[in-house]
Amino acid sequence: MDPSRLPAFLLRRVIKAAIVILAIIVCNFFLIHAAPGDPASVMAGQSGAADERYLAQLRTQFGLDKPLLEQLWIYVRGMLALDLGYSHRQQMGVAALIWQRLPPTLLLTGASFALAIAGGVTLGALAARRVGTWADSAITVVALTFYATPIFWVGLMLVLLFSVLLGWLPSFGMTSVGAGFEGWAAVRDVGQHLILPAVTLGLFYVAVYARLTRATMLEVADQDFVKTARAKGVPEGRILRRHVLRNALLPVITLAGIQAGQLIGGSILVETVFAWPGIGRLAFEALLARDYPVLLGVFFCTSAMVVIFNLFTDLLYAMVDPRVEVQG
Amino acid sequence: MGVSRRGFTAASAAGGILAASGLMRVSDAIAQGIAPRRGGTLTSLLTPEPPILQIGVNNQGPTLIAASKMFQGLVKFSPTLEPLPELAQSWTISPDGKVYTFKLQPNVKFHDGSPMTAEDVIFSITKFHFELSPRVRAIFSTIESATAPDPLTVVFTLKQAFEPFLLAFDATASAIVPKAAFDGKDFRTAPAVQHPIGTGPFKFAEWQRGNFIRLERFDDYWKPNQPYLDAIIYRIVPDSQSRRLAMETGQAILAQSNDIEPFDVPALRAQPNLEVKTAGWEYFSPLCWLEINHRTPPLNDVRVRRALSHAIDRNFITQRLWFGLNKPASSPVASTTKFFDPSVKLPAYDPRAAMQLLDAAGLRPNAQGVRATIKHLVLPYGEVWSRLGEYLRQSLRAVGIDLVLESTDPGGWARRTGSWEYETTINFVYQFGDPTLGVERTYVSTNIQKVTFTNTGGYANPKVDELFATARTASAASARAAAFSEVQKLLVEDMAQVWLMEMTFPTIHDKKLHNVITGGTGVHASFDDMFLAS
Repeated sequence: MDPSRLPAFLLRRVIKAAIVILAIIVCNFFLIHAAPGDPASVMAGQSGAADERYLAQLRTQFGLDKPLLEQLWIYVRGMLALDLGYSHRQQMGVAALIWQRLPPTLLLTGASFALAIAGGVTLGALAARRVGTWADSAITVVALTFYATPIFWVGLMLVLLFSVLLGWLPSFGMTSVGAGFEGWAAVRDVGQHLILPAVTLGLFYVAVYARLTRATMLEVADQDFVKTARAKGVPEGRILRRHVLRNALLPVITLAGIQAGQLIGGSILVETVFAWPGIGRLAFEALLARDYPVLLGVFFCTSAMVVIFNLFTDLLYAMVDPRVEVQG
Repeated sequence: MGVSRRGFTAASAAGGILAASGLMRVSDAIAQGIAPRRGGTLTSLLTPEPPILQIGVNNQGPTLIAASKMFQGLVKFSPTLEPLPELAQSWTISPDGKVYTFKLQPNVKFHDGSPMTAEDVIFSITKFHFELSPRVRAIFSTIESATAPDPLTVVFTLKQAFEPFLLAFDATASAIVPKAAFDGKDFRTAPAVQHPIGTGPFKFAEWQRGNFIRLERFDDYWKPNQPYLDAIIYRIVPDSQSRRLAMETGQAILAQSNDIEPFDVPALRAQPNLEVKTAGWEYFSPLCWLEINHRTPPLNDVRVRRALSHAIDRNFITQRLWFGLNKPASSPVASTTKFFDPSVKLPAYDPRAAMQLLDAAGLRPNAQGVRATIKHLVLPYGEVWSRLGEYLRQSLRAVGIDLVLESTDPGGWARRTGSWEYETTINFVYQFGDPTLGVERTYVSTNIQKVTFTNTGGYANPKVDELFATARTASAASARAAAFSEVQKLLVEDMAQVWLMEMTFPTIHDKKLHNVITGGTGVHASFDDMFLAS
């Protein structure tokens, strides 16, 4: 790629991204308001007693008494000023709420992402190298099993084994509350809590990457330039690393880009089963409570992340494979 | 109930009763052969996570459970709902039932160190909760004037006698808040909402959303040497199976309300270190019914509604779906609520009688054996309610009614019941100890509103309206009892709703935890006398 074209490329992409995100905000806004009920009726339903005055008070406070288009305008105006809004249900700013929940989610999804890539590519490469042997069959069977098993079931079984039967790992939460750990002890504590949810979330993607890596590596291994390399007398390990794996990585990067874009969204299921205080649960609970600003805020963050990672993936292609040209 | 009612009026007439809480605590402990021990942390579950911990600004179930450790009311309730002193040391009621004079406990401090005075009480009752809480607004609107002759005396003068007045003074209904923190501010957005300041034995320490709420012992608590616990941690665990696991492994030692699904209770009951109790819901006494929208034919025909009652086996529901936690309803008033009439009986399980009534109503079976098709909005509060929906479909099909189940989420349910967009659904509401407070609202025609938990079914009977009005304003308990007896008979005759069961929720705790349930509000008590045996 010609480095001089990069700024113009980036500028075009950023403008496109802004338009896409704005469109997403507007769509989300209408989508959310199309769901039956509003935060006021939910709160009335939860407090066990209500009258019309109470509902009217809440709706005025939440700004729901204004026409829908005006509400949209107020929201978009706020977003343009990078103000994510205010959750009247929780009496806190949306940015603060999301900020509290973001680190646990990034820790969990980041750990499972790393596990998935490292584990998946290694297993896939191993299987491709030993294709047709018992090792290949074993890896394929294991990968298929994880691919096909519902994630919450894997989670529950891991809990059953490692928390209930063996008692090695805590079954839920992110820290030992009230234990007062500091320094490395606190890191260790979080690490212990992290293992089960990260493995649960990662296993599915380990399977996906393993299958993908194996398939593309076998495909590349048949191509002429690999045969040429082998004829030249290049050592087998080097062929695998430099010629086969590198060329087989493109689809893996595509998939990793998609997965990375979803990292911030967390996983509602895994966060729920393991009581992990992440952003997926925040979004799910906001949906149940019809807490519009929180839900829109989470949607905004996730969509922004997807757009950013798409851009990043495109740039990465060019680095891994010089034949690929970036285009606006 | 007669006994408890006499106790209630006698206590009121005598002008308050001696502080029995301390004595009860000691005697409880002696009975168990264990002395209260200082120290230890209670780790409890809490589901779902409350949005806010300020009582009044939010009155959701979990909010009340956690916040009642930080806030207190003027009174608390015995298991039979007699008011006992809490922040009020004693009280007197004038013979005409219009003037309530409360003597406050001296030396009560808020968590910010400021003293609690009569000004705080008057502000909390006539401004704070009056403004925020629809539940007590109706009750406190009977107050004509509130005065403080001295810093430890509060006098409420009512426009007219209101016998259940004291039932609105516990922590869950009207917790005392510091006037200085709220006066002149928007109550909902005042800083104290995020950092609650009460008089309770535990003060707010930390809240990591989605993770836990930590409360710490308040060292300046007004009862000397109490509370016994150092801290309370409420853990937020969203998955019911993970919660059950937390109890099994001892990661939590107290579960209440909806924390544990009914079908998981037998397994926990079998565990030797755990105890399961259903007491402690007497004040709330949630009564559950199959809610009828009276605007929908054929449900506007009383014979059809009676047939529904005959078609449902309430024992099956309480024993097989709720594993004995609930008991069959026998009246629109729960047996734990005052003025329950035990002579009232609902049309009992008898499918043949149901079919005869449906025949009489002109609903003949068609070729498929279906007499009528009715929609049913399943209550979206968890697995067990879906099972109830399935049971109802099956048992109504047996008498020829095709029940079509519709599913929704809590927001959708509140919206649809609140705007009358349903044919039948399941509903349950708290009764708050007195039919005027918790039963009347479902049946009087003046409360037919497009708001959840009003008379959304649209039932109207002028005689019923009149009897509820009589019971509301009569100052003598006997006159009220007569009116309530008659109204219970009338409502059952009309089958205003198809009452199913009296609900309680299981409180499950480790046996080394003592004084968990001590009164009629159960786990909503302040826990100042709770302790962990070593």
